Amino acid sequence: MSKIASQIKQTAVAVRSKIQRRGKPTLSFPLRSLTNVKYHPKKGFLELKGKKKTRTLTVATVKTFAQTLRMMSQAKTLVEGDEIMTKREAYYVSKNWDDARFDEQPESDTVIDDIEALFEVNREQLGFIPEEKGGEVAGKLVVIDRDSETGKKLRIDCTKFGSGAYSIPISVEHLKFETKAKFVLVIETAGMFQRLVKHGYWRQANCILVSMGGVPTRACRRFIRRLADELKLPVYAFVDCDPYGMFNIYRTLKVGSGNAAHINPFFCVPKAKFLGVTPQDIVDYKLPTHPLKDVDIKRAKDALKNDPFVQHYKPWQDAIQQLLAMGVRAEQQAFAVHDLNYVIHHYLPEKLAVPKTFLP
Amino acid sequence: MAKVRKTRLSSKRKAVGKARTASKKTTSKRKKSKKKAAKKVAGKRTGKALRVSKKTQPKAEKVLEESPEQADSFHSTAEDMARRQREISVAEFFMKNRHLLGFDNPRKALLTTIKEGVDNSLDACEEAGILPEVRIVIASGAEENRFRVTLEDNGPGILRKQIPKIFAKLLYGSKFHRLKMSRGQQGIGISAAGMYGQLTTGKPVVITSKTSRNQPAHHYELEIDAKKNEPRILVDETVKWKTPRGTKVEIELEAKFQKGRQSVEEYLEQTSIANPHVSLALVTPDGETKVYKRASKQVPRHTREIKPHPYGVELGVLIKMLHDTKARTLQSFLHTDFSRVSSRVAKEICEKAKVSERSRPSRIARQEADSLFKAISQTKIMNPPTDCLSPIGEELILAGLKKQIDADFFTAVTRPPAVYRGNPFQIEAALAYGGSLPGDGLARVLRYANRVPLLYQQSACAIMRSVLSTAWRNYALQQSAGALPTGALVIMVHMASVWVPFTSESKEAIAHYPEIIKEIRLALQECGRKLAVFVRRRRKAAESERKKAYIHKYIPHIAVALREMLELSEPQQNTMVRQLTDVLERSRS
Repeated sequence: MSKIASQIKQTAVAVRSKIQRRGKPTLSFPLRSLTNVKYHPKKGFLELKGKKKTRTLTVATVKTFAQTLRMMSQAKTLVEGDEIMTKREAYYVSKNWDDARFDEQPESDTVIDDIEALFEVNREQLGFIPEEKGGEVAGKLVVIDRDSETGKKLRIDCTKFGSGAYSIPISVEHLKFETKAKFVLVIETAGMFQRLVKHGYWRQANCILVSMGGVPTRACRRFIRRLADELKLPVYAFVDCDPYGMFNIYRTLKVGSGNAAHINPFFCVPKAKFLGVTPQDIVDYKLPTHPLKDVDIKRAKDALKNDPFVQHYKPWQDAIQQLLAMGVRAEQQAFAVHDLNYVIHHYLPEKLAVPKTFLP
Repeated sequence: MAKVRKTRLSSKRKAVGKARTASKKTTSKRKKSKKKAAKKVAGKRTGKALRVSKKTQPKAEKVLEESPEQADSFHSTAEDMARRQREISVAEFFMKNRHLLGFDNPRKALLTTIKEGVDNSLDACEEAGILPEVRIVIASGAEENRFRVTLEDNGPGILRKQIPKIFAKLLYGSKFHRLKMSRGQQGIGISAAGMYGQLTTGKPVVITSKTSRNQPAHHYELEIDAKKNEPRILVDETVKWKTPRGTKVEIELEAKFQKGRQSVEEYLEQTSIANPHVSLALVTPDGETKVYKRASKQVPRHTREIKPHPYGVELGVLIKMLHDTKARTLQSFLHTDFSRVSSRVAKEICEKAKVSERSRPSRIARQEADSLFKAISQTKIMNPPTDCLSPIGEELILAGLKKQIDADFFTAVTRPPAVYRGNPFQIEAALAYGGSLPGDGLARVLRYANRVPLLYQQSACAIMRSVLSTAWRNYALQQSAGALPTGALVIMVHMASVWVPFTSESKEAIAHYPEIIKEIRLALQECGRKLAVFVRRRRKAAESERKKAYIHKYIPHIAVALREMLELSEPQQNTMVRQLTDVLERSRS
């Protein structure tokens, strides 16, 4: 029996014996919030502090309690049968549970996240896989995968996708890599990625380009992490200059999230550096801007106050202060104001010439 | 344009004047049809006058301006006026102002007629210590909108010589001159009903009465002479009547029979609630018989008559009493003609008024009544006796309510007696909640004065004011600002008093005396507290029932999940369900 399966069984045994002793069974989960994480500079990611929330079986919690146990049982079946299930499929399977069924998918997602945190594993290990895919890759990288039918090695050359790109699979643990590139450039928007791919920027800069499409998925983070660790490549992030780009996208990429902190050790890229766009870039490159929205200001202040990562790095605090003082934000595609390919010919080369100026 | 309008007005006035004289000549019987004719005439005249005046108007105005003294011919001299000044009989007055007595419209007239009859029967029965049985028959009359109402009771009967005056003379009765708790007060009701019948159908009131098994029954047909306020006897005979004892009244009147709110049926239902010792039967024009059964064989305690309390009399009344008294000295007058005035208190009043206690009352009536009146209000006098009141009693209120209303919870309160303006009174309140009462609307309020239901003018009544100003939200009910509480609730309030202060002669609403409003509110609050206990307990029970169902819904799933994970057997799973239910139900409280 796998480790996970026996862990699930142990929990079930504990619940049962409590019931047999006429006690109220409990399940305790690590608290999933930014208040329960601390930044560990040496390890380079947000780490759980150990606060727990205990769900005791009462009249009020009986429904969720029943649902959690049924979902655990589902996970055990998956693990034992080496089967996978998307979160959406898990939601549909619950429709067999009569009164304990979920009415909306977010409810079942929360229960899955709870179980994942309960056993401190990522949900893929429990057999639950996400619906979303991982992001796109182009440039000087060869991914070695296996043919699902024959089991033979497949060499995928990421320079051979023309104007398209290699799509990061949901699970990346079995992949192997070969490369001669010097660094990985991680890009927020698909639009900017398209521009760089079309003009073969990876050839010019000798790099691997990865498009995240917003907040990077777990697979995307794990993929970049493995590139960074196994190929010993520096990772530079190129995102919008706004609190969302800085703290939702970049911070999650670099140190992980507060919501699923138990998986951060694997799903973060501590080596990542912030290439741009920085508040100073707005000034230096005379970028057209938009005023900060209320939610941006709120997010920035919240980061200053609560985010352990920001609290650890003075340069980030300064950057936020500067941004708040300017009261504006700028997108990475704003360089188009000078010239469509200004990014390729001026901005990126100029920034890459001095990596020391990158924000941590 | 303005001129034309003026003309029309003046000519109309003229026409109406003519019409009025025309109608005056006719007898009251045919008044209605004549009135119509008069209207027609008026219409014609208006038309003609308009046409004529269009030409003549400017001329007329000129004349008026030139010789103002000519207008004097329209004015009256003192002699003219004197010729028109004459006595108005009470009957004539009420004929014109029948709305004051509750005969505003045909529908209300039917109710008022029955109400007055039933009130009289019940009063008489109770005074004679008889358990009342009243039978009401409403039969369709000869014409549409005419009904023949027959009221028959098992009361003590009425002496032959009294019958004409009681039924065909306004303001004649036994109840006005004494302070005693009874349904009737003035002696207007039944004679007014007879008069209304006479007015609208021309038919006399028919009375049959028998005082005992051995006596013959008297049969009368009476009309009221509106001018003299005297009965006019049409038929006076002795008849055979099977009934051993009782009175039967038949009145034909213009009316409208309707069901629903403020109907005869509602009145009888409410009467039956507050008078559980009464047995009522109603035969509707459709031939349907409705019986309101008796729930108690206890005749209400006989009420004692009391003398007025000094605080309750007004100056005019005091003067009249001084004039009429048989007492020789002022001190003995005060002592014998009032409640709660001892010789010592009487002397104190005289001293305060600076009048000799040995002076003759009739002399005071002319000269020093005013200072005597003021002295009374400055003297501390004990509250009037309260044993003259006969409340329904909590037990009987509950019996009455349970008989007519299907509810889950009943509570009743009888307050201790209190006093307003020298008159003793006592408030009772009751609530009925839940059951088949409609739960989404406003609460229903049943108002009673001396056991008589009040159906009209709810908003003008002191009872309504008290109900509205009670904070029902404190008693687990919903209530919007300034409105009745919402929910399956019936609120009953009864005021018992030797003199219920009605806002009008039709006895529809109780006047707003602060003492009365306060007492009603206290009674309602007392009931409310008991209701709140019930409602909260029931809500709690419902809540725990809901929780129990909720637990039973999800516990099996916990057991199923554990069975799957631990590969348990079916019996083990069932054991777990039992154990879990045990654990959770124990934790509920």
